Amino acid sequence: MNKLNVSISPHIRSGNTTAGIMLDVIIALIPALIASVYHFGFRAFYITAVCVLSCVLGELAFQLIAKRDIAIGDLSAVVTGMLLAFNLPVTIPEWQAIIGSLVAIVVVKELFGGIGFNFANPAGTARIMMLVAFSGTMTNWTEPHHTDLVTTATPLSLIAEGDTDNLPTFFRMIIGDRAGSMGETCAIALVFGFVYLLCRKVITWHTPVVFVVTAFVFTYLATGFDFKSAVYQVLAGGLLLGAIFMATDYATTPPTAWGKVIFGFGCGIITVAVRLWGSNPEGVSFAILFMNILTPYISKLTKHRIFGANKPKKKKA
Amino acid sequence: MRFRLNGITLPHLKKTKGMSPVKMDVPKTLYFPMHQNLGAPAVPSVKVGDEVFVGTLIATAGGKVGAPIYSSVSGKVKRIEDAVQPNGAFSPTILIESDGAQTPDPAIAPPAVTDRESFLAAVVNSGVVGLGGAGFPTAVKLGVKDPSKIEHVIINGAECEPYITSDTRTMLDRDDDICEGIELIKKYLGVKSFIFGIEKNKPLCIKLMTKTAGAIEGVKIAPLPSVYPQGGEKVLIYHTTGKVVGEGKLPIDVGVIVINCTTLAEIARYIRTGMPLTEKCVTVDGSCVKEPKNLIVPIGTPARDVFEACGGLTEDPGKVIYGGPMMGVSVADIEAPVLKQTNALLALNKKESAPKRISNCIRCGRCTNTCPFGLAPVSIVTAYENKDMEELASLKANLCMECGCCSFVCPANRPLVQQNKLAKAALACWIREKKDKEEKK
Repeated sequence: MNKLNVSISPHIRSGNTTAGIMLDVIIALIPALIASVYHFGFRAFYITAVCVLSCVLGELAFQLIAKRDIAIGDLSAVVTGMLLAFNLPVTIPEWQAIIGSLVAIVVVKELFGGIGFNFANPAGTARIMMLVAFSGTMTNWTEPHHTDLVTTATPLSLIAEGDTDNLPTFFRMIIGDRAGSMGETCAIALVFGFVYLLCRKVITWHTPVVFVVTAFVFTYLATGFDFKSAVYQVLAGGLLLGAIFMATDYATTPPTAWGKVIFGFGCGIITVAVRLWGSNPEGVSFAILFMNILTPYISKLTKHRIFGANKPKKKKA
Repeated sequence: MRFRLNGITLPHLKKTKGMSPVKMDVPKTLYFPMHQNLGAPAVPSVKVGDEVFVGTLIATAGGKVGAPIYSSVSGKVKRIEDAVQPNGAFSPTILIESDGAQTPDPAIAPPAVTDRESFLAAVVNSGVVGLGGAGFPTAVKLGVKDPSKIEHVIINGAECEPYITSDTRTMLDRDDDICEGIELIKKYLGVKSFIFGIEKNKPLCIKLMTKTAGAIEGVKIAPLPSVYPQGGEKVLIYHTTGKVVGEGKLPIDVGVIVINCTTLAEIARYIRTGMPLTEKCVTVDGSCVKEPKNLIVPIGTPARDVFEACGGLTEDPGKVIYGGPMMGVSVADIEAPVLKQTNALLALNKKESAPKRISNCIRCGRCTNTCPFGLAPVSIVTAYENKDMEELASLKANLCMECGCCSFVCPANRPLVQQNKLAKAALACWIREKKDKEEKK
């Protein structure tokens, strides 16, 4: 007799998969990868490959040792590797990139239970670790299109030093022809990825837009209505990369629209505060990490209103 | 503009929408499970060996919330024995062998309906239950103590599940029955306002209903977006009237009754002809069905015979589903009979039916962002796994209508609605026990 499957409804699924979502993020990161190779040379691709490989192999090794299900097929380690690489200067030594990748995957992600259980963004947190551990190489910025890798200042450090005359032109800022981490510089490529992710409904507009607008308005007000510096704050550093790709990480950000708005607002305020008044010229990853920690509370505060639910009865004294 | 509840866009797959139902040949053996409605199962009123006709009463309503069952064929009662019902319950099933003559019961005559009491008695005797799939006895729904409380009757023509087109066909082929039903409720229950909710993916139905039912005074046709679960009772009430049916409340508490369009047509047909509910239009579809079509099936017909009447199956199915793919019941046995509330029979192939691999929750929030009621399915599952009943109560697990949107969208294939159903049951049990304890004190 033919045996029938019996299961509880629903009997159909949307076809969404974790791997499909991660693949979309990878596709959205490719324009920025191309831009980084264009501006910083083949080494940008090479470092990205090193990070991706270390992340995937690190995850595989951990899952084998810990006897967990092998989940590298979900491609999330590839995303982490790419994001971490995009947050590094192109001159970073390979061994440091590898250590950073392993910290991201093993310490920040797998030790907390793997995908979905990490409380902080792996790439962002690993970047902060590297900034502390390898502060020399992590701030060794080079001018794009220079084969001799001359150390230079990023637009952010120029702003921090008040040297606004030497800032690259607006056009160069947009196409990414400026010093900085290799994946963060090309605003056009990042926005391209943002639009792709929106179209594919992988992320919503809330966090990135609120993050950018908050950073812009806050800078504008804090600098005494300096429009140019507000624009440069948004385009400089890792703000767009962080807002689009790291502040929208599912596991470490609130799920509801209002939660995302609060998350983006907090990120914007902290980023600008660190940049303007902190000792570090960049504040994006600190802001995201800090808001990651607040995420459970934001999520709790911004739960959906439940349709038709009775209000909880007040306890009698 | 009114705030809309969330939901999902599904593939419609309504390829049978243009096919008028055809009568199928009467099968040899038919099974009549006693559990064909929500509430109490019916009680057999025939004995083995009794001769029955089309429309002969074979089981009486098992309680106040119950409905009688009638034979759909002429023939002999062969066996009455306990069997597993499609809903998982274990109760008596009457097996009738048909003689193929389809002789109607000589006692069949249109009921005398003159006032509210006789109208409600007729609805009870019609054997009609909620034909949208839930199977709630219609007489109980219409029999509200004070009919002046009914501000609107909402006619459900949403038919939001994929594949199913049996309500579509009722609207297109039996518009006179629907109009008659509206007039009956108007006359005997004194209802002044009717709202007919139809999803916009059925433009022909909207057009015809506007012309026919819409011409009756007090009837408003409400075209609705094709967003699942548009036909869910609370969703439909909110989207047509803006009223919110609160926790622990019934639609009548906000002055509304929802009735499926086929249910309405069946009541009208019974009062006109006196022939109770014995056959049902069923959409037969799915990847394994050779010739998908709408069939008029005698209630009690085994699924196998229904598929045979559609040219048979192209391959061994992986799943046979009663109803739609979102909320339908998958059955273990292809001999399982068509019930009163069966509006579709689907045979899905092995590939579609294969269980999907479950992976970690990635906390993407798709489940809570698509839940029409704004529930948090993952939190409910966690609370259930931790046996934290207080948390389940505060998450309002009891409000889940089991539409399945959360499971549908989950990229990790987590069985969210499936576990929410268990959580709901556990919570209901806990609340009952707590109440008992308090009463004992």
